[in-house]
Amino acid sequence: MYSAIVFLPLAGFLIAGLFGRQLGARPAELITTGLLFVSAALSWVAFIEVGLGHAPATVPVLANWITSGALQIDWALRIDTLTVVMLVVVTSVSSLVHLYSIGYMHEDPARQRFFAYLSLFTFAMLTLVTADNLVQMFFGWEGVGLASYLLIGFWYEKPSANAAAMKAFVVNRVGDFGFALGIFLVFMLTNSVAFDQIFAAAPGLANKPIHIFGFDADAMTVACLLLFMGACGKSAQFLLHTWLPDAMEGPTPVSALIHAATMVTAGVFMVARLSPLFEQAPVALTVVVIVGATTAFFAATVGLVQNDIKRVIAYSTCSQLGYMFVALGLGAYSVGIFHLFTHAFFKALLFLGAGSVIHAMHHEQDMRNMGGLRKEIPFTFWMMTIGTLALTGFPFTAGYFSKDAIIEAAYAASGHSSAALYGFIMTVIAAGFTSFYSWRLVFMTFFGTRGANAVHDDHAHAHDDHGHGHDHTPHESPLVMLIPLGLLAFGALFAGLAFNGVFIGHGYDEFWKKALFQSPSNHILHDLHDVPHIVGYVPAVMMVGGFLLAYFMYVVSPGTPKAIADTNPLLYKFLLNKWYFDELYDFLFVRPAFWLGRLFWKGGDGKIIDGLGPDGISARVVDVTNRVVKLQTGYVYHYAFAMLIGLAAVITWFLLGGVR
Amino acid sequence: MFGFGILTGLIVLPLVGAAFILVQRGEDQATLGNIRWAALSTTIITFLLSLWAWKLFDPATASFQLVEQKAWLGSTIIYKLGVDGISMPFVLLTTFLMPFCILASWETITTRVKEYMIAFLVLETLMIGVFCALDLVLFYLFFEGGLIPMFLIIGIWGGKRRIYASFKFFLYTLLGSLLMLLAIMAMYGVAGTTDITVLLKTNFPSSMQKWLWLAFFASFAVKMPMWPVHTWLPDAHVEAPTAGSVILAGILLKMGGYGFIRFSLPMFPEASQYFAPMVWGLSVVAIIYTSLVALVQEDMKKLIAYSSVAHMGFVTMGLFAMNQQGVQGAVFQMVSHGLVSGALFLCVGVVYDRMHTRDIAAYGGLVKRMPLYAVALMVFTMANVGLPGTSGFVGEFLTLIGAFKANTWVAFFATTGVILSAAYALYLYRRIIFGVLEKQNLKNIADLTPREIVLLAPLLVLTIYYGVNPGPILDACAASVQGLIRSYDAALAATKTAALLLN
Repeated sequence: MYSAIVFLPLAGFLIAGLFGRQLGARPAELITTGLLFVSAALSWVAFIEVGLGHAPATVPVLANWITSGALQIDWALRIDTLTVVMLVVVTSVSSLVHLYSIGYMHEDPARQRFFAYLSLFTFAMLTLVTADNLVQMFFGWEGVGLASYLLIGFWYEKPSANAAAMKAFVVNRVGDFGFALGIFLVFMLTNSVAFDQIFAAAPGLANKPIHIFGFDADAMTVACLLLFMGACGKSAQFLLHTWLPDAMEGPTPVSALIHAATMVTAGVFMVARLSPLFEQAPVALTVVVIVGATTAFFAATVGLVQNDIKRVIAYSTCSQLGYMFVALGLGAYSVGIFHLFTHAFFKALLFLGAGSVIHAMHHEQDMRNMGGLRKEIPFTFWMMTIGTLALTGFPFTAGYFSKDAIIEAAYAASGHSSAALYGFIMTVIAAGFTSFYSWRLVFMTFFGTRGANAVHDDHAHAHDDHGHGHDHTPHESPLVMLIPLGLLAFGALFAGLAFNGVFIGHGYDEFWKKALFQSPSNHILHDLHDVPHIVGYVPAVMMVGGFLLAYFMYVVSPGTPKAIADTNPLLYKFLLNKWYFDELYDFLFVRPAFWLGRLFWKGGDGKIIDGLGPDGISARVVDVTNRVVKLQTGYVYHYAFAMLIGLAAVITWFLLGGVR
Repeated sequence: MFGFGILTGLIVLPLVGAAFILVQRGEDQATLGNIRWAALSTTIITFLLSLWAWKLFDPATASFQLVEQKAWLGSTIIYKLGVDGISMPFVLLTTFLMPFCILASWETITTRVKEYMIAFLVLETLMIGVFCALDLVLFYLFFEGGLIPMFLIIGIWGGKRRIYASFKFFLYTLLGSLLMLLAIMAMYGVAGTTDITVLLKTNFPSSMQKWLWLAFFASFAVKMPMWPVHTWLPDAHVEAPTAGSVILAGILLKMGGYGFIRFSLPMFPEASQYFAPMVWGLSVVAIIYTSLVALVQEDMKKLIAYSSVAHMGFVTMGLFAMNQQGVQGAVFQMVSHGLVSGALFLCVGVVYDRMHTRDIAAYGGLVKRMPLYAVALMVFTMANVGLPGTSGFVGEFLTLIGAFKANTWVAFFATTGVILSAAYALYLYRRIIFGVLEKQNLKNIADLTPREIVLLAPLLVLTIYYGVNPGPILDACAASVQGLIRSYDAALAATKTAALLLN
C-alpha cells in the first residue's frame, strides 16, 4: 500500500509525460487526477492506521541505491506518524489541486505537460517524506526543486517566468550546499546516513568537539546548522527567501501546491525528522528560533504593502513558515508540524481562492484593479473569508489552535531564553501584521468599487491574455474549481479542532509514538499548557486590531493608505521593494560572478595562460626561427620547454607552502 | 583465437573493419553507404564482444583478469593485456560510445568519409589498448598513438580554426607525454621490467617517487585536463566535429584519470600523499574557476567544454582523497561524465547541423518547435548539474563525501560547484530552449529525426538508470579500489615505520 501511495503519482507522470500527446489533454488530466485521488485515499487509510490506530511503524526497503565502502544507501519507505501526516497533507492538497487545475488550465494548450509536472512533483515530495536516509531525502529534495523549476517556468515564453524559475533553482542550491555538507559531516561522525543509525549515535555525539573548516567547534551544532541551511533554502527563510515571491510567476495551482502547502514546508519536515540530532545541539535550535522569528516579522512587513494578490499570500506563506521554525527551535516539534498541517489547508485555500479571483478577472493579479467582487463571485468570497479567518487565528478555526500554540510556546520558553523572548515578540507583532494584510487583501478585492485605485500596468498581465477584453464581467469559476475550495475550507475550519488533541494535546504520546524525539530535559509541551490565560488573549487582540485597522484604512476611509505612504516615502519604498534584497544580492553575487567569469576567461585563460603559454611561446618561436633557421621540431621542444617551466612554477609555488 | 584472448579480439576488431574500409574504392553513394555500414557494424560487434568480456569478468576479485601475455620486443617488453574492476568500465564505455560516434557522423561528414571512418576505428583500437595494456611501454604506445587520429580528426574535419586547435591539442598533450617517457625509462632502470603487475609491487625510493610522480602528473594533468593546463580543451572541442567532441570528452579525458589510478596512486604512494594538497588545490580552483568561466560563454560547445574541466576537477579531488568513496566516486564520475557530456555534445550537434552556428545568442524558444529535443537536453542538463536520480549525482556526491573525510576545506569549496553548475547549465538551457521563438530562421527548425532519437535515447535511459541504480559500475570497481587503497595505506604505514626506526 505504501509503495502504491508513492508510485501512483510517478505512474501518472510517466503516462501523461510519455503518451500525453497521443492520449490528448482530457484523458491525461483524468488519469493523473484519478491516480492522485487513489493515492490520497490510501494515505488517509495509512494515517488512520499508523497515526490514530496502532499499526506499527515500518521501513520496507525497496532496493539498494549506492554502496561504497561503509556508505550504504537504500531506497526505502519509512512509515511512521510523521510520515503519514505528511502523506496526508501532500496527497490531499495535490489531488485537490489536480482537480482544480482541470478548470483553471482549461484554455492552456499544454495541459498534458502541466499535469505531468504536477504528478512528478507529488512523487518527488512523497519520496522526500518517506525517506529513510539523508540521501534519499536529498533525492526528493532536489526532485521537488526540479518540478518547482519546471512549473514556475511553465509559461516559458514569459521572460520573467524563466528568470524566476532559474532563480528558484539556484537559490535553493545555495541551501543545498549546506545540506550536502551537513550530510558529509553526519557521515563522517556516524559512518552512516541512515536515520536509525544516526539517531542511535546522536546522544553519544553531544558536546563532541570537532576540527572543521579550520575551527574547533561542537560537532552536532555544526552539523545541524549546515542541515538547517538546506531547510532555509527550501522553506524560503530570511536571507534565502528571495526566490519565493518571484515563484508566483507560475500558474496559481502551482503556487497553492508547491509554494504554500507542501514543498516549502520540506524544511520544517526535515528539522522535525531530524529532531534527535537537533535535540543534541541547543545552539543550533537557538539559531532556528531567531531565523524563524526574523522571517515571520520580515515577511509580514513586506506583505503589508504588496499589490499583487499572489505576492501578498506568498509573503504570508514565508511568514507562517517562520512561525513553524520558531516552534521547532523551541523544541516543540509537534507544534511546528501541527501548524504545517493546518497551514496546508488554509493557505492552499487562499491560493486557490486567489486563483479563482484571477480566473474571474481574466488573469488580472493587481488588487488595485479589483474591488467589489463580493457580489459577482460570492462563493469565492466566502471561501477566501474562511481562509483569512483561519490564517489570522479566529477562534476555533485551524490557525487558532496551531498559531496560538506557537506564540504560547515562545512565551513559555521566554523565561529562560532570550531567543524565545525575541521569538515571542516577533510572532506577536507578525500576528497583527498578518491580520492586517489578510483583511486588506479581502477588502481591496471584494469590497469597494472596481478599479478605484486602478493602475495600468501592461506587462503585468501580458502573459496569457487569451484575447479577453478587460471589460468582461467577472464570472464565478466552474464547479470543478469550487469543489476543491469547499473541501479545503472544511479543513481550514475544522482541522485544528479535530486534531488539536492528538498533535499537541493529551493524545501526544499515543499519536506520535516515537516519530518525534524530545530529550528528557525538554518540557516545552508541558509548559505550553501552563502559560497564563492572559497570554492566550494576546494573539486575539492583535488579530482584532489588524482587522479594525484594515477595515478603517480600506473600507471606511480609503484615502488613508496613500496618505500614510506619502508621508513616509522612505519606509514605504523600503517595504515595497522588499528591503532591497534582490538589488543587494544582484550587487553582491550575481554581477561579481559574471565579472569574475569574464576576468578568468579573457584575462586568466586568454592573456595569462595562453598568452604566456602556447600562443606566446609560438610567437617567440616564430621570431626565433625566422631569424635563425626553420627547424620544424623546434616547435615541439619550445612548447615542451614552456610547459615545463609552467609546471615547475606551479610546483615550486606549492613546495614553498602555497597551498598547504 | 590463434592463442589470443578476448581482449586482443577487442583491439584487433576495429582494425579489421578499418582494413575492409581501406580497400573500398569509389566515391559514389553506394560505396559511401558501404563504408558507413561497415564502420557501424564493426563498432557494434566490438561492443557486443566487450559485453561478453564483461560477462566473463568477475567483479569480486581485485586482481587482473582475462590476462594474455606474449613475448614481444626482446625479453623485457612484453605484450600483456588484462583488465580489472577499474579498467573494465572504461573499456565498456569506449566500445559503447563508438557506435554513437559513427551514427552521429552519418549525414554530417560528406568529405573523405573513408579516411574519417578509418581514423575513428583506429582510434577505438588505441583507446581500448590504453585501458587493457599491462605493460608500461605498450600502454605508452597506445596512449600516445591515440593522439594521432584525434589530431587528424580535428585538423581535417574540424571547424574554421581547426589547424590552431589541433596543434594546440597535439603539443599540449605531447609535452606531458615526453616527460612520462623519461619516467618510464627511469622506472625500467629500477625494476628491470615494464610489466605493470610487477611495477605495482615495486617500492620506488622516496626521492625518486617524487620525480616520477611529477613526470606522470605532467602527462595526466594535461589529459584530464587540470587547471591551468586546460586551455587546449575548449579550443579542441569547439573545432572538432561532433563525434570528435564526444570521443574527446567521453574517453580521451578519462585516460588522465585512469592513469592516476593505475600508476600514480599505487606506484608512488608517498609522492601521492605528498602532492595530494596540490592536486586538491588545483581541483578546487578548476571547479570554481572554470564554472565561472562557463557562466559567461557565448559558444555552446565552449560552455560544455569548460563544464567538463570543472567535472574533471571532482575526479582528481576524489582520487587524491584516497578513500573508498572518493576513488569509487571518481571512477563513477568519469563513466557518467562520458555518457552525459557525450550526450550534451551530441545535442549541440543536433542544432548545429540545422543552423550551422554554435552561438547561444542565435537560438531561443526552441521548445516550441522541438519538444523532444527540449526534453532530452533537460535530462542531460540536469545530469550535468548533478541532480539526484541522474548518473551525474552519484559521482559528484561520492567524490565530495570522500574529499570531506580527507579535508573539509576542500569539500567546502568544491561543493560551491553545485551552485555554480546549476547557474551556468540552467542559464544555457534558458537561453536556448525557453523564451519566445522569434528569430526568423528558427521558425521552421525540425524536431529530432529518427536517427537522432536512436542516438540520444540509449544515453538518456542509461543516464537515468545509472542514477537510480549505480550498482553495476560501483560493484565492478569496488574490489579493485579496495585493494588499491589497502596497498596504498600499507605502503604509507611501511614508510612510516621505517622512518621511525631510523630515528
